[in-house]
Amino acid sequence: MLEIKNLYANYGAIEALHGVSLYVDQGEMVALLGANGAGKSTTLMSIMRLPPPEAPLIKQGSIFFNQVNLLNVPPHVVVAEHGIALVPEGRRIFGNLTVFENLTIATYARKDKNQIALDYDAVFDLFPRLNDRKKQRADTLSGGEQQMLAMGRAFMCGASFILLDEPSMGLAPFLMQELFKALKQLNENGVTIFVVEQNANIALKYAHRAYVMETGRIVLEGKSHELVNNPEIRKAYLGA
Amino acid sequence: MDSQILIQNFLNALQWGSFYALIALGYTLVYGVLLLINFAHGDIFMVGAYLGFFFAIVLTGNSLIHLPLWIVFIMTVVLSMIATSFVGVTLERVAYRPLRRKGTNRLYVVITALMCGLILENGNLAVFGASRRSFPELIEKTIYSFGGITISNIKIMVIVTAFVAFIVLEMIIRKTRIGMAMRAISYDRVAVPLMGIPVDRIIVFTFVLGSSMAALAGVLFVTAYPVLEPYMGATIGWKAFIAAVVGGIGEIRGAFVGGFLLGFIEIFVAAFFPSTLRDLIAFSVLLVLLSVKPTGLFGFSRSTKI
Repeated sequence: MLEIKNLYANYGAIEALHGVSLYVDQGEMVALLGANGAGKSTTLMSIMRLPPPEAPLIKQGSIFFNQVNLLNVPPHVVVAEHGIALVPEGRRIFGNLTVFENLTIATYARKDKNQIALDYDAVFDLFPRLNDRKKQRADTLSGGEQQMLAMGRAFMCGASFILLDEPSMGLAPFLMQELFKALKQLNENGVTIFVVEQNANIALKYAHRAYVMETGRIVLEGKSHELVNNPEIRKAYLGA
Repeated sequence: MDSQILIQNFLNALQWGSFYALIALGYTLVYGVLLLINFAHGDIFMVGAYLGFFFAIVLTGNSLIHLPLWIVFIMTVVLSMIATSFVGVTLERVAYRPLRRKGTNRLYVVITALMCGLILENGNLAVFGASRRSFPELIEKTIYSFGGITISNIKIMVIVTAFVAFIVLEMIIRKTRIGMAMRAISYDRVAVPLMGIPVDRIIVFTFVLGSSMAALAGVLFVTAYPVLEPYMGATIGWKAFIAAVVGGIGEIRGAFVGGFLLGFIEIFVAAFFPSTLRDLIAFSVLLVLLSVKPTGLFGFSRSTKI
């Protein structure tokens, strides 16, 4: 489904990626792990290239999604036509809009009215708390609720593939579990998921496979249950 | 001062405020979405009036089509709104968008807007000359009077149109997905494309709304005061901008209320004091208002986003 090959990218003057290659197959839930500054977010932001200064500059390599090269596709087209949605770092929900409007705005490019109605129900099933707070301004939500809203919003884009950038950041452990359970649920309902995460513990618990990055390179990859038992991973990322 | 004069001035102020309110809406819409003070907007009002003049002349002065004058008036309004939108969007495409693409400091964009306004004024001057033109009478003026209070059909139309336009605009902003997108852009422009929304198209739509409101104000203005001249947009544009700021720029309710507030202050100052003091007192009042509430009546302080 998604295939990144030999990607070199700069973030400003910093050479952030040195030949990253990875793939995500349809129906998978894949995690990208690594320490701060390893290049995880840069990899993600290379797929969804927002206007500068958010976007990395790609020097070399390719990003194919269902045989289409995404390198020169603007982000709104990536979302609207290729069905990829991003839950950005820091959530970036629209605080001046209500919860319901945040979900509605994500359907901007969609015309499948019946499916949209079903998708609202699916989001509210997954996160009943959003239903309770439908009419509230989104900036009145707690951090965990905002993360739920950001995920629900990505789903409302009609995405079959969702990218997440550090969804657990700043959340209490029980909320992280709740969110990853919801992600797993989405995945089981057919959404492919690629999640960048510093918290290897939780990511390896829920993902099928994972990649580990260090200083702009993929240094390890494998099935989650293999990585959990890998002594190097245990030492460097799992605190064991 | 008896109640008759009070009510009469109240009605006059409603009409006068309608023009400010309609123009102020355009300032506030563009500012809300782009954080850009579009100083060319007053001249867009002038362009709207001139385009209305052009369509009115074409529709009445030819021997091919003979339409009832009220139909000519409606067509004049609609055609002027459409054509003026093209002018507004052209400014955005030619002048503002290239600067935005380069990530230019907003100050330069504001200066560019000022220059665009001057180009529109002086372009008009070059093409049509400095002589004033009079707008054809498309609506026969009828004056109704009730116990010493008079109101014309044109005045009623101006006031009603301003309110209807405001309600329509408010509905678009509150209820439609494109309106939500406009509000979302003002909060976090970077996150908007992540919703599958082409930001440039929303910006163009914003200019269409703002310019068509200015054109509506322009045609109504010359229907009420049928004189056109190239600088007609300058003073009224500045005043409407101030009205938008006093109302709380970026908030469309604020622009609307601010427009009427300015209209009321001006008319009532002129009713009590020599008219030469009108602007002096009006702006002093607004200055005091702003120093009490710097964000404007409906405004809130926003963190600067770059």
